[in-house]
Amino acid sequence: MMITMAQAINKTLAQEMERDERIVILGEDVGPDGGVFRVTEGLVDRFGHERVIDTPLAESGIIGASIGMSAMGLRPVPEIQFMGFVYPAFNQIISHVARLRNRTRGRFSAPLTIRMPYGAGVKALEHHSESTEALFCQIPGLTVVVPSTPYEAKGLLSSAIRSDDPVIFLEPSRLYRSGKQEVPEESYQIPIGKARLVREGRDLTIIAWGAMIPVVEKAAEDAQSLGIAVEILDLRTLSPLDKESFISSVRKTGRALVVHEAPKTCGLGAEIAAIINEAALLSLEAPILRVTGWDITVPLPKNEDYYYPGPERILRGIRRLMEF
Amino acid sequence: MIEQFNPLRGEMLQIVRESGEIRRDLEPSLSAEALKKMYADMVLTRVADGKALKLQRQGRMGTFASSRGHEACQIGTASALLKSDWLFPYFRDLGTYLSCGYPLEIYFHYWMGNEAGMRTPEGLNIFPLAIPVASQIPQSVGAGMAARILKQSIAVFCTFGDGATSEGDFHEGLNFAGVFKTPNVFVCCNNQFAISVPRSRQTASATIAQKAVAYGFPGVLVDGNDILAVHSAAVEAADRARSGKGPTLIEAYTYRMGDHTTSDDASRYRGSEQLLEWQKKDPIERFRLYLTAKGLWTETEEKDLQEKSASLVEKAVEKAEAIPPASLEDLFAFTYATMPAGLGQELAELKSFVGETGR
Repeated sequence: MMITMAQAINKTLAQEMERDERIVILGEDVGPDGGVFRVTEGLVDRFGHERVIDTPLAESGIIGASIGMSAMGLRPVPEIQFMGFVYPAFNQIISHVARLRNRTRGRFSAPLTIRMPYGAGVKALEHHSESTEALFCQIPGLTVVVPSTPYEAKGLLSSAIRSDDPVIFLEPSRLYRSGKQEVPEESYQIPIGKARLVREGRDLTIIAWGAMIPVVEKAAEDAQSLGIAVEILDLRTLSPLDKESFISSVRKTGRALVVHEAPKTCGLGAEIAAIINEAALLSLEAPILRVTGWDITVPLPKNEDYYYPGPERILRGIRRLMEF
Repeated sequence: MIEQFNPLRGEMLQIVRESGEIRRDLEPSLSAEALKKMYADMVLTRVADGKALKLQRQGRMGTFASSRGHEACQIGTASALLKSDWLFPYFRDLGTYLSCGYPLEIYFHYWMGNEAGMRTPEGLNIFPLAIPVASQIPQSVGAGMAARILKQSIAVFCTFGDGATSEGDFHEGLNFAGVFKTPNVFVCCNNQFAISVPRSRQTASATIAQKAVAYGFPGVLVDGNDILAVHSAAVEAADRARSGKGPTLIEAYTYRMGDHTTSDDASRYRGSEQLLEWQKKDPIERFRLYLTAKGLWTETEEKDLQEKSASLVEKAVEKAEAIPPASLEDLFAFTYATMPAGLGQELAELKSFVGETGR
C-alpha cells in the first residue's frame, strides 16, 4: 500500500492494539478528533474509549497515569501532542519512567512508548518546532527512536511498542505527509539499536536521522554530480547509539559529517564526534564536522528556513571536508 | 459516614478523644485481635523509627525521614488495605510499609543505600516509594484507571504529605481521578510542615480535604492522631473505590514530631511549645488508653510488646546489614531489559578498574 508516515503510524497502532489487548492509547485529542495530526484517526471507533483515552490537558498526568497503568500490566502508548509540550512531564519521564526498572531491581518497569511529533519545517506556532532529542538521550534507561520514512515508521513503532524498555518515539512532523511510500500491509519489525545504511559511498560519511534524512539525500545527490561519493547512515535509534555502524563507516571513508536540526552545543553531534575520536582517530582524514541548527531559539515561521540545515549548507560542509 | 463531615466547614472526624474517651456511635467494630495488631504495628513503627535515627547517627543508615507521630495515619491507612489493593507510598511511610507486610530489613536496606531495598517482594502490591514530591499521585491514578479497564474491584491507595498538595501532580492526579472516577483513596498525611514551610504557606484553603470538592468527589478531614478515625475513613473510602463509586481524599491532621529528615534541624524554624502540645496528643498513647479502657491491654502485654518490637527491629537490622553489597553487574543490569553493547563496555571498564585498584 502507498501510504504517508502518518498513515503508517496509524496502521501500526491499530495492528499492535489488535495483537495485544494490553495496549492502550492515551493523550490529548487522541479520541474522536484522531489527534491534531490525525495519527490516531479511527482508533477510538475500533477499540473503544477504554483503550483510546482522551485525557484532561495535562502532560505530567498523562505520563504519570501511564506509569501506574503499566504497574497493573497494561502497555500504554501515550501521545504528547507536540515535543514542545513534553516538559511538564519531564519529572515523570526522567525520575520514574527511565529509572523504575533500576530502582526496583527489575520488580517494576514502565515499558511505555511515548509518541510525540518533533521538529521544524511545518510553519507551526511558537513551541511547536523544537528538536530537543538530546535532552532524552542523556537519561539512562530511555530508548530514543526517530523514523525517517513511512516504512521505517511502521517497523520501528512496532518494535518500540513490543520493547520491554520505555521508548521516546519522535515523529518528524515535517515528514508526516511529505510523501508516500510502498509499505507492507502485514506487521513487521525493524530492530531498535541498529542504524540503517541509506546510501553507500567511499568518500565521506554523513550521520543523520529523522527529518534530516531526505535533506541529506538531496545534498548527497548534489555531491555526486561533483564526483563526491557520500555514505549516509540513518541512526534510527538515538539512544542507545549504534556506535559500530558509524565507527566502521568512518574507518572506511575517513571523513564524518553529523547533521541535526537541534542546536549545535551539546547536541548529539558532539557525542557522535567524541565516539569517532575515541575509536577511529587514526582513520580520519579531516576533522569531524557538524551541520546543525544554530544555538538560538527556533525562529517563528517567517525566518524558520534560516534555522535548520538545508541541502546547500550540508553540501558546503561536504566540500569543506573534502577540501581539508 | 464520610459525608457527615463537611470539610468546607472544618468538621473533623474523631472517634477517640485525647483523653481516650470514645464516640460510641462512630466506633468501628473491630475484633480484639485486629485492634491489637494495629497497636502492635504502631509500636513496631515507633521502635523501628527510633532505631533508624540511632543508626543514622552511627553512620550505619543514610539520611532517614522519621515517621514519629504519623503512626495513626500510616497504620490506620494500611489497616484498610486488602491483599489485592495497591499502595503508592512516599518517603515517610515506614508504618504503612510494615503494616502491609513489607519486611523491615528490606525497607532498611533501601535507606542504608541499596536499590535492592525497593524491590517489593512478590505478592505485595506496593509501588516503590516516591522521593520527588507528589509524583506518585498521577501514577496511582493510572493504576486506578487500569483497574477499571481490567475490571478489577480494588482500591488504589496513595499517600503523601501536605507539601505535595502544592505540586502540579496533585492537581493533575486528582483531576484525572475525578474525571475517570477511579478507585483511588488519597491519604494526605498533613503533618503541617513541608521541611520548614508551614501548612499555612502551602495553601490558603481552610482544609486540604475541601480541595476534593473542586475535583468532584468527597473529601474528609480526620484526626490523624486517632487511628480509629483514620481507619474508619480509609475503610469507607476503600469500599467506595471497590464498588465503583470513585475516589476519596482523606486529610489526616497530625504533626511531624521529628525533624523532616536526619539532615534537618527543626529547631531552626519552629518552637518547642508546639511540639510539647502535640506530644500530649501522641497517637500511640491515645490508642493505648482506648485499648486499656476496653480491657484489652495490660501492663504486662505492653512490656512484652515493647521487648518483642525491640528484638524484631534488632534482628531486622542484623539481617539488613548482612545483605551483601550490590554487585557491579547490578549497577548496570537493570538500566535496560537487555544490556546494550555500550553499557556492557562501560561495565567491563569499571570491573577492570576495580580489579586493578582493588576499589
